[in-house]
Amino acid sequence: MRQLFILIQKEFTQIFRNPFLPKLIIVFPVMVMLVMPWVTTMDVRNVSVAIIDEDGSSLSRRITSDIRAAEYFTLNDEPTTHGEAMALLEDCEVDVILLIPKDFERDMTSIDPQKLDISANAVNATKGSLGSQYLVQTIGSTLSKYMSEQCMQQTSDFVVVQNRYNPTLNYRHLMIPALMIMLLILICGFLSAVNIVIEKENGTIEQINVTPVGRFTFILAKLIPFWLIGLFVVSVAMVVAWIVYDLTPIGSLGNIYLATILFILGFSGFGVAVANLSNNIQQTMFVMFFFIIIFMLLSGLLTPISSMPEWAQNFTIILPPRYYIEIMRAVYLKGTTFVELWHNFAALGIFVILFNTLAAITYKKQA
Amino acid sequence: MSAIKVENISKSFGKVKALDGISFDVKRGELFGLIGPDGAGKTTLFRVLATLLNPDEGGAEVDGFDIVKDYHAIRERVGYMPGRFSLYQDLTVEENLNFFAALFGVKVEDSYDLVAPIYRQIEPFKTRRAGKLSGGMKQKLALSCALIHRPSVLFLDEPTTGVDAVSRSEFWDMLADLKQRGITILVSTPYMDEASRCDRIALCNEGRILGIDTPTDIVAGFDSSLYAIKGDNMYQLLLAARKANGVRECYPFGEAHHMIADAEFDVEQFKAELVEVKGLHIEPTKPSIEDMFIKLMKQ
Repeated sequence: MRQLFILIQKEFTQIFRNPFLPKLIIVFPVMVMLVMPWVTTMDVRNVSVAIIDEDGSSLSRRITSDIRAAEYFTLNDEPTTHGEAMALLEDCEVDVILLIPKDFERDMTSIDPQKLDISANAVNATKGSLGSQYLVQTIGSTLSKYMSEQCMQQTSDFVVVQNRYNPTLNYRHLMIPALMIMLLILICGFLSAVNIVIEKENGTIEQINVTPVGRFTFILAKLIPFWLIGLFVVSVAMVVAWIVYDLTPIGSLGNIYLATILFILGFSGFGVAVANLSNNIQQTMFVMFFFIIIFMLLSGLLTPISSMPEWAQNFTIILPPRYYIEIMRAVYLKGTTFVELWHNFAALGIFVILFNTLAAITYKKQA
Repeated sequence: MSAIKVENISKSFGKVKALDGISFDVKRGELFGLIGPDGAGKTTLFRVLATLLNPDEGGAEVDGFDIVKDYHAIRERVGYMPGRFSLYQDLTVEENLNFFAALFGVKVEDSYDLVAPIYRQIEPFKTRRAGKLSGGMKQKLALSCALIHRPSVLFLDEPTTGVDAVSRSEFWDMLADLKQRGITILVSTPYMDEASRCDRIALCNEGRILGIDTPTDIVAGFDSSLYAIKGDNMYQLLLAARKANGVRECYPFGEAHHMIADAEFDVEQFKAELVEVKGLHIEPTKPSIEDMFIKLMKQ
């Protein structure tokens, strides 16, 4: 115990003396939380719309002004004919074209009403499909208002969608818990692994090994500071999310910290195993990068697991961040309780045992 | 009882045989030198004795403890100074010393009498980071840290490599002082001139020990006659001398060439044979440890 305390004290002296690390530990989570939620968004904004109004009626002007008022669109007034608009679409100046045909308002009530024509540039598939969907929604609401004002019978029922747990469909709220996980992966996995390999590279591990300090004491002393730093970083990120995005967990903080501790323990064990098997920083960095890319892209951090092909979905079962991400999102956005998430916690617990056993086995091999 | 007892130790790394059946004994309170060129296996032997590496074959005892079974006990009572500076460069001189003292569960003050002669020289720089010290000061700090827990056996792997001539001499004075206090010291060096500062030396090459004795007896064991030869064209002289009658070995040695001669060697005949070499000068010379090393190596 005494040796452990001395070693941890030494680790903290080294960390705080490092010209770079203490700043990183503060600045990194704040920066990531301030910048990333805005840029890692799937919301489509600034859809450029060209409206070719061949009708020139009060209804067509009303549609135009409603589109102009909607926050997703910017109106391109330049083209006056459909042909001009198509040319701009090809040059990517315009994303979506709306053609309001002649006599659109007059024929509204006839048996065979005129149809609106929407053409979208789908090179950027997300922007094309979401942009035209937004346009349909905007026009739909204008039309239904118009019809009810004119006491007309509505020709179609509009589907009402209610978005639960994230009512404004704010992508940021989905990303913030995920970004916290990214921070942890980098700080607890990366930094602790590199920290151990540095001792190997400098030969200082040799000097420690001839003292009566046990190997597990040594490794534990390497990891504990990063566990504490990991918890600190998550706390900072949560405070930033609360102050800047007004996002607080609906579920209990206890669940979040329990999941975080389990994840940190498991992931740092993984980092130690990688550090044990490599001889220098370069090797460690490459191996860690490889796994971190897999973890980030395959564990549902950025794209939902349910939309992956089935073999990939099966593969995600062995990725620890997957379970942690599910817990974080569920507790943060839905307020899910421990009882409902117990299998996720259990999975994280299994990974803790698995990775730390691996770390212990690989450490013995060095003699 | 001997402080270090090495019996028939072998260690291979893949196809390279770093240690090949090494055996020797070091008495208590002895200053024992391992002399040999780079790649002789000195560092591997130190790592085996410091319990960092297990031998493939053979065994060893340090201070009466087996290096494989009782490695914990050995770590409590040996000081090891690796060839490469292995203290924490981002900690200060004082912090390094306190850190290692604390790991062994001792106070710096308790061992201060032992460390003081060495540590006092670097004490003015105690708030400086270890990485910012000069080579000689690093060695002194490393030695202080290796001594902080009052070890009974000290392993020093090439402590003077990369250190200036004055610091080297000072360092050997310090070792002599530590020997006076009853500490057994096993030290390795590639410098033959340092061998004379040891009580006994082992000459090693390519994982084997060529000979073990006191420095004087090692030299006394040189049973052939040795000559120093010089000429205007040293390279021509070297080639010509190697072909001459009665010459067993001829090799460059400082500003002259040393030549090991057979019993039937005759100086006048040699001069006649090398008549084409201008400015030839030949005289008998006393063998040094290096001569003995070369002789043993060629056998």
